[in-house]
Amino acid sequence: MVTIETRDASASARAETIISAQKVNVYYGDFQALKEVSIDIRPRQVTALIGPSGCGKSTFLRCLNRMNDLILNCRVVGKLLLNGEDIHRPGFDVVDLRTHVGMVFQKPNPFPKSIYDNVAYGPRIHKMANGRSELDGMVESSLRRAGLWDEVKDKLAGLGTELSGGQQQRLCIARAIAVEPKIILMDEPCSALDPVATGRIEELIFELRRDYTIVLVTHSMQQAARTSQRTAFFHLGELLEVGDTNDIFTKPRHERTEAYITGRYG
Amino acid sequence: MAIRERALLGVLILATSMAVVTTIGIVAAILVESLRFFSIIDPSSFFFGTLWSPQIAIREDQAGAAGSFGFIPLLVGTLLITLISLAVAVPMGLAIAVYLSEFASSRTRGQIKPILEILAGIPTIVYGFFALVTLSPILRDLGAELGVEVAGESALAAGLVMGMMLIPFIASLSEDALFAVPDSLRHGAIGLGSTQLEATARVIIPASLPGIAAGILLASSRAIGETMIVVMAAGIAAHLTINPLEAVTTVTVQIVTLLIGDQEFDDPKTLAAFALGLSLFALTLVLNIIALHIVKRYRQSYE
Repeated sequence: MVTIETRDASASARAETIISAQKVNVYYGDFQALKEVSIDIRPRQVTALIGPSGCGKSTFLRCLNRMNDLILNCRVVGKLLLNGEDIHRPGFDVVDLRTHVGMVFQKPNPFPKSIYDNVAYGPRIHKMANGRSELDGMVESSLRRAGLWDEVKDKLAGLGTELSGGQQQRLCIARAIAVEPKIILMDEPCSALDPVATGRIEELIFELRRDYTIVLVTHSMQQAARTSQRTAFFHLGELLEVGDTNDIFTKPRHERTEAYITGRYG
Repeated sequence: MAIRERALLGVLILATSMAVVTTIGIVAAILVESLRFFSIIDPSSFFFGTLWSPQIAIREDQAGAAGSFGFIPLLVGTLLITLISLAVAVPMGLAIAVYLSEFASSRTRGQIKPILEILAGIPTIVYGFFALVTLSPILRDLGAELGVEVAGESALAAGLVMGMMLIPFIASLSEDALFAVPDSLRHGAIGLGSTQLEATARVIIPASLPGIAAGILLASSRAIGETMIVVMAAGIAAHLTINPLEAVTTVTVQIVTLLIGDQEFDDPKTLAAFALGLSLFALTLVLNIIALHIVKRYRQSYE
């Protein structure tokens, strides 16, 4: 299977790669969920992974911070390079990997702790702050970057679980940012949210790409079109097409991609 | 409605009401007899008295036949043994629960859980027997080695064995509480670069703390009401002491002692058993209500 890769507008962007997947195969027991997936992820861009349910896009996302390790009988074969380093090589520090590659989940999952403690969780376990005032600063700047500070600054001691769904998801983004990752993985972060909250998260994703590399799994074509610079189309465990979001949506190379994005299939 | 169905419904309602009526009847009986006791003995001397000595009068005219009914030594003895048992059972039970819920493979869990259930099914008199014939002599010899005197019947022996009895109870309730924590929280913590131990200690256990606390309260109420182990291992003498090496007595032991043998029913010594029963009932009822309340609120927070 050969993945169609459309040409980039700028040749310089192509040289930069933060994650490189090379012929990645994933098996759940006997079932092969991903087949020979090869893709380069560019830094400080939003890469959207789209495709019909069960196409392997979430499975691929979970490869990038090795969350698949938590799934029984899951086996990953192939090379996944983060800044040139194979994240599956023996002795690789997977806990350290996850401090560089943060994750935001489908359903907001704030800890049943205060808003402050949710954001401070990462800096605390990784001993990133010297003293309370530095930690306070980290919590504030993370909440600001997640666009939540103004709404919660007067109730930092309140429970994170008592916020609205959209606020909870932004809290989870703040919690991920606080660890100062390079890459943030988002697994359908808006699927449990209403349109207004979804809009806010999309704006936020658009903002965050300046400082972070974002890989976004989404079911929404509009979301992929609005927020991402590159789009990858998965189908039945294969990566069929990857390229500039504009190209994918205006002149898809693969007939399946076209059928999917025009809504005739999926 | 068909007659058959009506009849069946009648049987079901009857069974239900019998359970309710029996409970009310028991509470009423204890209450009435306790009131009779308190009409003879001043309630304040019962609840705040520090001397428990319900002497048996051999002849009608014997002096001191009224006895002294101070509840405090029994309460202190009960709480002392309960605390010792919790000091054993809470750390052990929690460690087992964390291991089974967060670390063990499903195969290991399948092998260990039945063993815990067997442990939970051992009749308490067997535990009492173990305390009496095995643990007490060991403690006494150990004390002799170290130069401290350990009574043949001691709060320590009773508490340690009762702790063993409570381990599967606390392990099972805590495991339920840990298991109820959604995986999304585990993944959230792991995704932030926590080790499994950090995720467990900082997210999973705090999230399940209300359930664990409820389990500990239910275990305490079992410890407070437990009879056989303390009858065999703690002693009968009502010393007011918090020294675990001495013999103490508990509310349950004294109820047993008061009601054994031929006694007159309007004797304060007999009636005292009802007052003790009422106090015990009130104590465990409050603990159970608090525990159930916590469990209910906790369940709601994850739905």
